Amino acid sequence: MKKLEFMHALYEKLSGLPEEELEERLAFYGEMIDDRMEEGLSEEESVAAVGSVEAVAAQVIADIPLGRLVKEKIKPQRRLAVWEMILLTLGAPLWLSLLIALFAVILSLYVTLWSVILTLWAGFASILLSSVAVIAAGIGIACFGHGLTGLAWIGAGLVCGGIGIFFFFGCLAATRGTLWLTKKIALSIKHCFIKKEGKVCADVQRAG
Amino acid sequence: MDIQLKKGLLDVCVLAAIKNGDSYGYKIMKDLKPYIVLSESTLYTVLKRLETSGMLTVRTAEHSGRLRKYYRITDSGRTRIAEFKTEWREVMQIYQFVAKEDEENEKA
Repeated sequence: MKKLEFMHALYEKLSGLPEEELEERLAFYGEMIDDRMEEGLSEEESVAAVGSVEAVAAQVIADIPLGRLVKEKIKPQRRLAVWEMILLTLGAPLWLSLLIALFAVILSLYVTLWSVILTLWAGFASILLSSVAVIAAGIGIACFGHGLTGLAWIGAGLVCGGIGIFFFFGCLAATRGTLWLTKKIALSIKHCFIKKEGKVCADVQRAG
Repeated sequence: MDIQLKKGLLDVCVLAAIKNGDSYGYKIMKDLKPYIVLSESTLYTVLKRLETSGMLTVRTAEHSGRLRKYYRITDSGRTRIAEFKTEWREVMQIYQFVAKEDEENEKA
């Protein structure tokens, strides 16, 4: 891929970013490519060293806080007309509550997801605790002269402990999976803010 | 590595890369390569953060027919490096204590 192609593709992918920031970032990548070429790498090699357009765009989006992306998007491109302001104010009970509801839904999904994880860990803790308790009880019973019964109790405790160990790895995997999932979701929410404008941009360019 | 810890380390690494003279993006990346691998995107974010917090200044200069950005460390950038050294002397002491505990446990 040539430098110009790369820059153009990256521009389209990131066109939802604030204009100033986008230009500065592109200039930064351009400088990196030029410096590599100056060192003797070919244009294609220099571009490849920066990474694929998708990977670079994904990392840039991940680097920018969601709040800033939203703010940039919400900021009106022109001044609002008086009737628009009146409409916005009058409509506030409607759109504001809808917005709050949307956030509440997202929050509740998040809480639900993590409460499942919490439940799993609580399950693990209870298995572990019961294992310890049963083994202790077994030792107690054995000490009071019921050797065989005590041994059976200790055995049951150990089985419980074994199950607990398996459960631990399950919990760990579930927690990691959820972390990964929430990161993905956050990234795709950010993408929503970037993508649409990119499309408009491409359409405009095609029309022009 | 812990994200906050890494953030702090990256800042100081980049400051150290420019403390002996102005440098530019690609050179900083190359100089740091043996110690810490940085992507362009990360380096951009770190440089921007350091610029905003006044630890470095940026100037654009012409270089073989194109523009290149040069980064220069400020006094507060140098202070940050000095602070980092003091902080890490303490961290190293704690590390030695923790490592010694482990060794003794292994012996016992």
